Amino acid sequence: MEQQELHVTVNGEAHTLTADPDSPLLDVLRAGLGLAGPRFGCGLGLCGACMVIIDGRARTSCDYPAWAAEGTTVTTVEGLRDGGRLHPVQQAFLDEQAAQCGYCTSGVIVAAAALLAANPAPAEQEVREALDGNLCRCGVHGRIVAAVLKAAARRPSGQAAR
Amino acid sequence: MTLPPREAEPPPGARTPPPGAETSSPGARTPPPSLAAISSLAANPVLSSWLALSPGGTVTIFSGKVEYGQGVWTALAQIAAEELDVALPRITVAPVSTDGSPDEGVTSGSLSIQHSGSALRQACAQARAVLLAAAASKLRTAPTALTVDDGQILAAGRPTGLSYWSLASPGLLDRAAGAPVPVKPPGRWSVAGRSAPRIDLPDKVTGRPRFLHDLVLTGMHYGRVVRPPALAAELLSTGDPTLPPDVRTVRDGSFLGVVAPTDAAALRAARLVAKAARWHVTESLPDDGDLKRFLLSSPAEEVPVESRRDEASAAAATTIRTAEYTRPFLAHASMAPSCAIARWDGEAVTVWSHSQGVFALRDAIAAGLGLDPALVTVHHAEGAGAYGHNGADDAALDAVLLARAVPGRPVRVLWSRADEMGWAPLGPAMLARLSAGLDHGGRIVTWRQDVWSNGFIGRPGRGGEPRLLALAHLAGGRPMPPAPDGPPTGAMGSTRNAVPGYHIPDLEVVRHRLLTMPVRTSSLRSLGAFLNVFAIESFMDELAECAGADPVQFRLAHLTDPRAVRVIEEAAALAGWAGRPREDGLGYGVGYARYKGLAGYCAAVAEVAAENDVRVRRLWLAVDVGTVINPDGVVNQVEGGAIQSTSWATRERVTFDRARITSVNWDTYPVLRFTEVPGVAVRIVAAPGQPETGAGEIAQGPVAAAIGNALADATGTRVRDLPLTREQVIRAIERS
Repeated sequence: MEQQELHVTVNGEAHTLTADPDSPLLDVLRAGLGLAGPRFGCGLGLCGACMVIIDGRARTSCDYPAWAAEGTTVTTVEGLRDGGRLHPVQQAFLDEQAAQCGYCTSGVIVAAAALLAANPAPAEQEVREALDGNLCRCGVHGRIVAAVLKAAARRPSGQAAR
Repeated sequence: MTLPPREAEPPPGARTPPPGAETSSPGARTPPPSLAAISSLAANPVLSSWLALSPGGTVTIFSGKVEYGQGVWTALAQIAAEELDVALPRITVAPVSTDGSPDEGVTSGSLSIQHSGSALRQACAQARAVLLAAAASKLRTAPTALTVDDGQILAAGRPTGLSYWSLASPGLLDRAAGAPVPVKPPGRWSVAGRSAPRIDLPDKVTGRPRFLHDLVLTGMHYGRVVRPPALAAELLSTGDPTLPPDVRTVRDGSFLGVVAPTDAAALRAARLVAKAARWHVTESLPDDGDLKRFLLSSPAEEVPVESRRDEASAAAATTIRTAEYTRPFLAHASMAPSCAIARWDGEAVTVWSHSQGVFALRDAIAAGLGLDPALVTVHHAEGAGAYGHNGADDAALDAVLLARAVPGRPVRVLWSRADEMGWAPLGPAMLARLSAGLDHGGRIVTWRQDVWSNGFIGRPGRGGEPRLLALAHLAGGRPMPPAPDGPPTGAMGSTRNAVPGYHIPDLEVVRHRLLTMPVRTSSLRSLGAFLNVFAIESFMDELAECAGADPVQFRLAHLTDPRAVRVIEEAAALAGWAGRPREDGLGYGVGYARYKGLAGYCAAVAEVAAENDVRVRRLWLAVDVGTVINPDGVVNQVEGGAIQSTSWATRERVTFDRARITSVNWDTYPVLRFTEVPGVAVRIVAAPGQPETGAGEIAQGPVAAAIGNALADATGTRVRDLPLTREQVIRAIERS
């Protein structure tokens, strides 16, 4: 396979990687950088388990070609915490016990963090719409929405978007 | 390729209550008369097979039950911490493995707290007694003079300088459990019985590697299986595609796969191999648009399940009603496709799997490949949520078969989403035909229920068969025999909850197990209870209407069990049933069942809006699951069960053409989304002194029934075929 150099900033760190430009970004993150948070669920961008934030927008990484990530800034669930402190959404997920199996959790948290960065005080319906690209098979939706609203309520206003 | 028969779950009559089940005294819970009553401990009696103390001040507990998001490890840790008198953070749960874990069969049937919980509780109580005896001997006092505070041994409330950690010597717990000793009564619990945060969630919210899918072993290579293009297909030729030199192709009969140094390379190679392969395809599937015909015309074994005949009562019937209810095939549709790792070292094989039953998987791999089970080790690692027998075990055999081609090297196999949806076992399509008679006073005097279904008990080893997908594809392999359905009771298989819990003098229930299995079926959360409760509770509303009775009052009039009455009354109160609004297009319905007829009680009320689509807006549930270890864990399980049941009841249907499953991704098998899920309120009804029951499956039937009844209330039309979609409503209106 053709390999190319890929320049991408992941979780605040600049990387120069060698990758097949047609491979999905998810492979670069998991196999190339050893990040376990973005998860493979369907390979077609239909379930959201692989979501990461690319230049401020939550996107599925299983159908995002590596070449398109050239020069971008990517944040995965591992990169949301601020030093030792969990991101408010992560903390709220623990407070609300908003998970069962946890396989969808990193993608959902990433989508919620991107939402709160863009809209610090969303209405409940806005939270639901923002998470509609994320599937949860265990049925934890209600707790997840409650957790995101709790994180929004707690978030100091004006906190920089990550 | 046969296995010794594995013990089926005991029939209801043989079930033994957990220790101290009926005790309500302030003292210790009365122990059961013998160790045999604590089945998991009797089968694995050595105390050190349940717990180990470290000098560093931690306790590792061993269970045969696996975590898959249901929170069982947290509840088991609470039970151990409680009985040992140590703080919860000191407890670690060891991963389950055939090498070292107690064999507790499969993690299924909502039985983990009964089986593993009761065993751990008694093992910890006995370990505590052993440690106190050791302390008493050193202190020259009686064990009864000593107490424990977070592992520290106290005498008259003062530190003695001794602790579990200083007393724990190697081999101290290498002794068989003795006669059962008293355990703490729930009234004295301080760790169990309270909501505890799940011990696995911190890893899951931070993205730390935790799933089998994250495990990378040294030197690991990656395998992909190229499944046949149809459920019945024979590989004619591989076509010898040109592949990179570091890719191995594995073929055995119609089993075809590749092994490569990276997953990406394996995936590319698998696509090339799939493109080049030539198959003979047989059209083997029924018409997915006429499942009734498939169910009623297939050869079937007819087995009586329950027969309580009272012809005099039955003769008083003045109104007879009959109706048929169906469900389609349903998919597990786990968030993660199945995954496994295997490594061959000479004759020995080591497997990492997210199977719900590592011991049965070990035996099935050994039986299927003609190996000595002692040479097969299966380690469990977490997968995504499991809702029954999914593809985990099959993926494990795939990994074993591919790893055989590269001895000494671990090979990881990951299924594609399409293979997950198209090849994992499915929950069977079902039909329930109900017939009942009311007397002139509106009481049910006779009831007959016939259930048609493929078997649900298709896990590895069941019916003496290994039951692993790829075995049928290997050279000389034979098709997997139809799934068994377990003992013919109202607790098992397709007839789980087919015996109504209501007082009915004349009753007959019959199981019709299909003897052909064109689509592979096995266990899916709640087994037959999902359809049987939907059918019974829909029918109860239809009968209530005949009798001119309120649905809630009609149920209460046919119930005598006060716990059943209580959950229905609580759910109705929570929902404001008596004052529910009457609006066009809006409906309310109730559903109730005691799971398996002998476990947890659940009543649900649903609010459904039938406008452009069938929209479940809100659900209210009341549950009685006996003594509760982790209340928030119970609520989480019931909420999740309710939402999954709503998705099954209103959206889900596996589709297929005459050769293959066609609902192979989320666009063709849609599940409920964040904007579509109902709000769910759950109330736990306290049941002090009652034995623990599981909570993970109790909501499935009652929620579907409540939705069906609410839809009928909203539209004035009864829909008896799941899923309850707009199209089904229109069809039902056209038929009526």
